[in-house]
Amino acid sequence: MSLKQVSIFIENKTGSLRTVCQVLADGGVNLRALSIADTQDFGILRIIVENTEKAVEILKKNGYICKTNTVIAVEIPDRPGAMAEVMSVVSVPGVSIEYAYAFASHKENDSAYMIFRVSGYDKATEVLSAAGIPVLTKEELFAK
Amino acid sequence: MEKYYQPEIECASVEQIKAWQNEKIVKQVKHVYENVPYYRNLMEEKGVTPDDIKSVDDIYKLPFLTKADLRDAYPYGLLAKPLSDCVRIQSTSGTTGKRVVAFYTQHDVDLWEECCARAIVAVGGTEEDVCQVAYGYGLFTGGPGLNGGSHKVGCLTLPMSSGNTERQIDFMRDLRSTILCCTPSYAHYIGETLHEMGLSADDIHLKAGIFGAEPWTEEMRRNIEKMLGIKAYDIYGLTETSGPGVSFECSAQSGMHINEDHFYAEIIDPDTGEVLPEGEKGELVFTSLDKEAFPLLRYRTRDICILRREKCSCGRTHIKMCKPMGRSDDMLIIRGVNVFPSQIETVLLKEGYAANYQIVVDRVGSTDTFDVYVEVTEDQFSDTVRELTAMERKLADAMKTMLGINPKVHLVEPKSIVRSEGKAKRVIDNRKLHD
Repeated sequence: MSLKQVSIFIENKTGSLRTVCQVLADGGVNLRALSIADTQDFGILRIIVENTEKAVEILKKNGYICKTNTVIAVEIPDRPGAMAEVMSVVSVPGVSIEYAYAFASHKENDSAYMIFRVSGYDKATEVLSAAGIPVLTKEELFAK
Repeated sequence: MEKYYQPEIECASVEQIKAWQNEKIVKQVKHVYENVPYYRNLMEEKGVTPDDIKSVDDIYKLPFLTKADLRDAYPYGLLAKPLSDCVRIQSTSGTTGKRVVAFYTQHDVDLWEECCARAIVAVGGTEEDVCQVAYGYGLFTGGPGLNGGSHKVGCLTLPMSSGNTERQIDFMRDLRSTILCCTPSYAHYIGETLHEMGLSADDIHLKAGIFGAEPWTEEMRRNIEKMLGIKAYDIYGLTETSGPGVSFECSAQSGMHINEDHFYAEIIDPDTGEVLPEGEKGELVFTSLDKEAFPLLRYRTRDICILRREKCSCGRTHIKMCKPMGRSDDMLIIRGVNVFPSQIETVLLKEGYAANYQIVVDRVGSTDTFDVYVEVTEDQFSDTVRELTAMERKLADAMKTMLGINPKVHLVEPKSIVRSEGKAKRVIDNRKLHD
């Protein structure tokens, strides 16, 4: 199953991140990975969770605006140059990276994980697979 | 020694003023009835004919005109003269949907400029003065009105228009300007810039300023007077009635004398339309007594005001109005531009947003800030910053096109705009413009 990410619109003001995190916590949602993009006025909180539907339901019930997108997760070995190799693979026509963020594994396997949101999803997964860089399914990511 | 542009008019006895008004109103109502079908219909609906109007005491029988009428009749519906007799058009500050276009014959232009000339002489203007007009020129009535008035007085006129403040100050110093005409916020800004340039009131030669087209406070008057080393005077007017000069302040600086030989003023209860006695607070209504091309009868200004006829130390006998104390509608004046919340709503709906918004206006230094908060909806939410900021920009551009001034648009969370009794508060004005 492809990996889904939930993006949530939050205002850039004191307490708004705390409030949304509390809403998710109260709903028993565990955050596997997250990133925040912010401007002066607002921020976008992006999260990867095991039960996407449940997270979306909780958020909407609490009046949040959110969106679900398909993202790409790849495992990157913990050594110099590993990220650069992945980037050179996806630097092809038809693929552009909207944003990316990293998180570390909680298992001791010396790997980091990168989440990419791209335009040209199919092309990106194709070139990554062809280069021997596995694109992780949701199940694989949560098994790590 | 008080000077007057037209002493025989400005200091006429109240009986004389009334006699002029009575004579003019009878002719004016007949002129409008015969030449403006739109108003004739309104009169017929009310069952009034020109024969019913024998003096200004009968004016209360006439129907009102509002901004909505001006919009319905746009552009020629209230025109009372053939276009071939008209020589000028002026318009309100680019507020689409509420735009007002006013027509002038040469007689109307002269009358208007005469009113402005009275205002200039009232602040001490003579042919010895250099009058710097830093109101905008063009469709806006500020620049053309004071420019014309300055010519009539015989001042050396400096048609600067607004903007380019350092150049304003250079001209002001080099050509020894003695009278400045502009919006009060711009006068304040010129004062600030003067001081930023390391100069003071001692480096310029101004003695008086005529400031209008937007609300300002006594505190602002004192600041401007101190910064520029002048006496600051208020002037009032609206495009619908001609432009600045409908009323103006004299040396007493305690209210504006209405040019009653041209404009008949009433104060009404904005809810019932009933005429209120002198000294009571209500909505200001004007009737043009002798304009030819665009003679509005009983035009509701929406300005809340008080009229007082009292002996003035300047010797003028015309009735005085106080500074407008607010509005009977929801119009805001931001940086001199008229803004209606409904215009913001129109843009939002057109751009696919829900009409959940809030306008916040404040004043930082001498400049109005204009922020519009808009609740994001599910449909529009994109998860990239790039697209969301592009949405903000697109909205700001659409509002700029509609209003003529640029707001700062902020996207906010749904339901975050404060609602009281289920109804969102659309406008927060923190400027404290009325004392």
